[in-house]
Amino acid sequence: MSEPVHYTPFHPRWHRKRVSVWWWLKKGSYALFVLRELTSVFVALLALLCLWQVRAVMQGPVAYVELLAWMRTPFFLGLNAVSLLFVLFHAVTWFNLAPKAMVVRVRGKRVPDWAVAGSNYLAWVVLSAAVAFLLMRA
Amino acid sequence: MSAATVTLEVARYRPEREASPCFEAYEVPLRNDWTVLDALNHIKDTADGSLSFRWSCRMGVCGSCGMKVNGEPKLTCGTFLSDCLPGPIRVEPLDYFPVIRDLVVDITDFMKKLRKVKPWIIRKQEKPTSQGEYLQTPDQLDAYKPFSMCINCLLCYSACPIYGLEPSFIGPAALALAQRYNQDSRDEGSAERLGIVSEHDGIWQCTFVGECSKVCPKNVDPAGAIQQYKLTVAARWFRSLLLPKGAH
Repeated sequence: MSEPVHYTPFHPRWHRKRVSVWWWLKKGSYALFVLRELTSVFVALLALLCLWQVRAVMQGPVAYVELLAWMRTPFFLGLNAVSLLFVLFHAVTWFNLAPKAMVVRVRGKRVPDWAVAGSNYLAWVVLSAAVAFLLMRA
Repeated sequence: MSAATVTLEVARYRPEREASPCFEAYEVPLRNDWTVLDALNHIKDTADGSLSFRWSCRMGVCGSCGMKVNGEPKLTCGTFLSDCLPGPIRVEPLDYFPVIRDLVVDITDFMKKLRKVKPWIIRKQEKPTSQGEYLQTPDQLDAYKPFSMCINCLLCYSACPIYGLEPSFIGPAALALAQRYNQDSRDEGSAERLGIVSEHDGIWQCTFVGECSKVCPKNVDPAGAIQQYKLTVAARWFRSLLLPKGAH
């Protein structure tokens, strides 16, 4: 397909179908894939927000209070809620895909997929609990 | 009472007659033991002898009869009519390959790519036959066996939108077969293949849609093979960055 085609008398006209720009709407799994790719935008957005917070903390209490006021506006509350949903979707889909990319062997035997994905989920729960504990204590 | 029948809508493309493919409907007997391939053969025998399609073994081994059945890439010899009801059952050629005639596609592009990844055992030096076979443990066999089940049916290419959008992409089956030989304890050619598969048209084109593994009739998991390949290449790159020259 990548090279010019030489037609012969027996193949006078091959038919080549163009891929529609809406190919990703043809199947639920394709749409989910595109959605998963889109989650990266929201992950980047949350990372930027985090950097913005660090910057405000460095600038002092006035800047931080100003930032918090911004964060309380309906626009930012809505954006953060949507971002949270996308980031959760991002995390779950990637944890589920982890066993495909990582072949872990213990004593020559492949660790089952559920154990690889499960260890990711476990790490997620443990880290979230640790962060929650730190925040609650404060 | 007349016997039950089902309608097959078959894509027809006769380049001498049609500018683009169209569908023709055929009524075939609905028998429990008939696959879509049996129905196509029935049409060819009784309704239109000019209907063109590839098939050979009828038992899911040769990989010739891959087509789209109701929009899904399938081996027609393993797809029963009774599983596609109520009908009509739509049969089309595989996506992303040029159609030569009716349900026959041109697979030259795949054959070139397959050759490119060197899917054979590469040895720096063959040991003499007097030294016996290259022995493998069951674990060493397990490492590559799933990838060796590929029958080149190309259902994975038809399910891969990346191949459709970027025809230069080496594609799932060829990359899975490259990984099959990399994982083989007898092979010494992984470095040679690495240069080929880590080019722009290789593993990095794959964005892990994952459909290739879902449609594979042999559970080869090409998507997994490609992601594992990416991990290997990334690890090598990090090692080359961190370790002094010659140590990785």
